[in-house]
Amino acid sequence: MDSPLIRLDEVSHRYGNKAALDAVSIEMQSGQVTALLGPNGAGKSTLIHLLLGLLPVQSGHIEVMGRTPSVAAKAGEWGTMLQSSGVQDTLTVIELLNLFASLYPAPAEIDSLIDEAGLEGLERTRFERLSGGQKQRVMFALALVGQPRLLILDEPTTGLDPAARRGLWDVISQRRAQGVSVLLCTHYMDEAEKLADQIIVLNRGRVLAEGSPDSIKSRVPNAQIFARSRLTLDELRRLPAVQSVESREQRLSVLSSDAPATLKAWLAADQELDDLEVKGADLETAFLNLTRKAPSKELLS
Amino acid sequence: MNVARMPIGRRLVSYGQFIYCQWLNLLRVPAYTIPTLVFPVMFYAFFGILMNPGASAYLLATFATFGVLGATLFAFGVGIATERAQGWYTLIRATPAPLLGIVIGKWFGAALFSAAIIVTMCSIAGFFGGVRLEQSQWWGLLAVLISGTLPFCLLGLGLGLLLSPNAAPAVINIVYLPLAFLSGLWVPVSQFPAWLQTLAPWLPPYHLAELALQVTGVRPGEPWSHWLALLLFSAVFAVLVIIGWRRMLAMSK
Repeated sequence: MDSPLIRLDEVSHRYGNKAALDAVSIEMQSGQVTALLGPNGAGKSTLIHLLLGLLPVQSGHIEVMGRTPSVAAKAGEWGTMLQSSGVQDTLTVIELLNLFASLYPAPAEIDSLIDEAGLEGLERTRFERLSGGQKQRVMFALALVGQPRLLILDEPTTGLDPAARRGLWDVISQRRAQGVSVLLCTHYMDEAEKLADQIIVLNRGRVLAEGSPDSIKSRVPNAQIFARSRLTLDELRRLPAVQSVESREQRLSVLSSDAPATLKAWLAADQELDDLEVKGADLETAFLNLTRKAPSKELLS
Repeated sequence: MNVARMPIGRRLVSYGQFIYCQWLNLLRVPAYTIPTLVFPVMFYAFFGILMNPGASAYLLATFATFGVLGATLFAFGVGIATERAQGWYTLIRATPAPLLGIVIGKWFGAALFSAAIIVTMCSIAGFFGGVRLEQSQWWGLLAVLISGTLPFCLLGLGLGLLLSPNAAPAVINIVYLPLAFLSGLWVPVSQFPAWLQTLAPWLPPYHLAELALQVTGVRPGEPWSHWLALLLFSAVFAVLVIIGWRRMLAMSK
């Protein structure tokens, strides 16, 4: 059997007396896109910094492709895009790409990379003069330049317009098809839902849930029911299996843990029920539910 | 565990890239180029040629020392503080880049500027100040000043690792200008009050200036004690670098 691509074993990390990670154990398989989700301060960025060897491991054990993070870094095993990182911004796009290409054993063809990252025409522009979205695309290209087997991407689409976002998703999907593994840290649930094979939900330094997007969604057996009704919010709250009620744009939105039971009772109480719609909970609802159950008091960001 | 090693040739290419990018970076930052390149040369033209025509050779050695001191301290100190805050080193550390590449790139960048300052000053001294040196002395001045910048590289590196990019230019000016004056780079130490003269040997630029004065034949003497002093100062500043490096690692997030 293949050994996992990334293995964290009982990893804890503290900043002073604040715990950022608390005995986290994770395995990430190769050839997959793994999404790391969690509210701000959940420990995502600490986890990524530990994986990349940018922070010393305080307790526990981390292996990336069977090596310690610092050894894997020297071998050029990954390409990364970090929120906390930037570049020497007086350099132009092509100068940065050439510099990074010189660092890896088998760099990509620069021209096709410029194409792929949508940087045509910007080659001779200094980084400091690029727009936020263009900068983000340069950082993405720098992550790809070494043709790594693993991409570690922290919020890669923040600041991108919808078309550029889709473009980046396409590149990630293509790389995955070529056998590249991806660890994706994101705040966008649609991004995780579209790209990820595996999801890890982190909250307050602990792993809250781990599994496929479907299995995460099924952990919260919720459905959302929308309808126009003459019942008051209080009357709705007394219906069976109702978890929460909201009034949204003249419609009522009811979160239920057992949609048929709620609906039967609701229809019995209000024959004029109208404009009915029932939706299974999406990843976002599941995520909010999971992380709300364990409210975070002291946020580390 | 087998780690794919980069062939030596490719390794050299990445060092070359770091040096090239460092030059471009310094050339494109006017806040660096103007003060470090123009001011020392201008000061030498005023004080060394126009005001003290009899001391042009002496002041060439000391103002050239002043020039390389600034070029080195600012390239390392302000450069590293700025790039650290930009997150450049966070990204570089996550690549297989040799960390030494950054330091070597910086050193070449500072050395190129130092050489430009020295050559400009020597030209002014030769054409307008009537300073006549042997060819070996011109080259000696260049070689001594550039290799003698080691302690200032380390001082700048240490300060760059410890200071924020906002504080770095101010703090480095506060270190740089008094250090230059008290080491006798503007006014010869012999004209200081007696108690101030005893302070000068405790400052690293004094020793570099003495080496520059010896190599240009202005002052006779053995260079070894000054080289030794520069090495000792380098060791002290290396400790500062280690403290700064550890702090950066602990704070990287």
